[in-house]
Amino acid sequence: MPTLTMNGITVEVERGTTLLEAAQFLGLPIPTLCHEDGLAPYGGCRLCVVEVVNGAKKSLQSSCTYPALDGLQVFTHSARVEKARRLLVELYVATCPQSKRIQDLASAMGVRQVRYDAKHEHCIQCGLCVRMCEQQMMAGAIGFSGRGLHREVTRPFDTTSDTCRQCGACLYICPVCELRCAGPDAESTLCNGCLNISTACFQTYDNAMCSLDPCHACEIDGPFRADVRVKLQPQIEFPVLAKK
Amino acid sequence: MPQSELGQIEPLLQEFDNTRANLIPILQQIQATCSYLPQEALRRVARKLQVPLSDVYQVATFYRCFSLKPRGKHLVQVCLGTACHVRGGQKVLERTQVETGVDAAGTSADMQFTVEAVRCLGCCGLAPVMRVDKTTFAHVEQTKVRGLLTRYRPRKPATSEAEKTPAVPAESTLVHGGDHA
Repeated sequence: MPTLTMNGITVEVERGTTLLEAAQFLGLPIPTLCHEDGLAPYGGCRLCVVEVVNGAKKSLQSSCTYPALDGLQVFTHSARVEKARRLLVELYVATCPQSKRIQDLASAMGVRQVRYDAKHEHCIQCGLCVRMCEQQMMAGAIGFSGRGLHREVTRPFDTTSDTCRQCGACLYICPVCELRCAGPDAESTLCNGCLNISTACFQTYDNAMCSLDPCHACEIDGPFRADVRVKLQPQIEFPVLAKK
Repeated sequence: MPQSELGQIEPLLQEFDNTRANLIPILQQIQATCSYLPQEALRRVARKLQVPLSDVYQVATFYRCFSLKPRGKHLVQVCLGTACHVRGGQKVLERTQVETGVDAAGTSADMQFTVEAVRCLGCCGLAPVMRVDKTTFAHVEQTKVRGLLTRYRPRKPATSEAEKTPAVPAESTLVHGGDHA
């Protein structure tokens, strides 16, 4: 039975367990998008990335496909892991801003900005529907086709499938099909739900914050507040000595 | 799909065991026999190997050597890799498309030629390179394309008794620029 350390906790697991299952056993929350109990591990979304120290080697690995080996040291929430995960979520939000599950992940992981253009794709190619159809519904009616940019989930030959029973399991499992709530700013790329509501501040001046120190509203939202940031950026004029 | 094609495929399938590992070899055989993968053939393969049709379709659409649409008798591949591109591969491709009269899908109306651009044929020192079936032509120029394709065109009815033209190299060969003008 392999014995490994996760975030400093020693745990003994059965042979064949993945790192993700071991972490879930310990109650360590690892975000996932393409993992589902009952379906074969896919390792597509990479959100479950963890830092694995194996001897002298230190690497980022997807925990849903990495086997729990003897003597491993695993960090599920190190700074490197968090940074990698946040970047991934940022890319996912840019791909599918309309997805509730992705927006919820972004909120939970503290993603407050998206630096990429929104693409509004209909699929993140996590393969959940394909695996669900084949492994749980025993139909295999849909699958990937094409390659690279042209890879997509389709029925064979894009015609009605004779194996599809229209059970709807693919829709049920899809992380993109469920739309996010139409909040006050439904068109924005990043919703961040109710976390982004900023307290109204009535005391703003041209290039400075209000004189209240500390200002309650500014302290909550810091320099990232939309209205404060806009006001602070323009026309900051440094005093220039007049040349004579 | 014509019944004759399905008839051609049946004896092919008999040679393979019913394991999933045989999927790609079977598809290659069908592609070599019919010059494309007919829809009915893929359904037949899925039934034989007892894998979902979507799996077969996934493999068939993934690899470029498989085609789901009928291809011409001769496959003309014009290289547009970096070296060939720099030395005028694009112009060779355009001239080839005009000479063979292919449509947007890349196949001529008389089903004689299919023209496609490929990324690299692995002989950049011979750029620009063009491959017809298994023959690779080196240092192709725009002006030489017509003469080079002549031997692959169907014979006029008057001389049709010579079905097998000796000029077409059967095996994998390499023809240099000066030889084919």
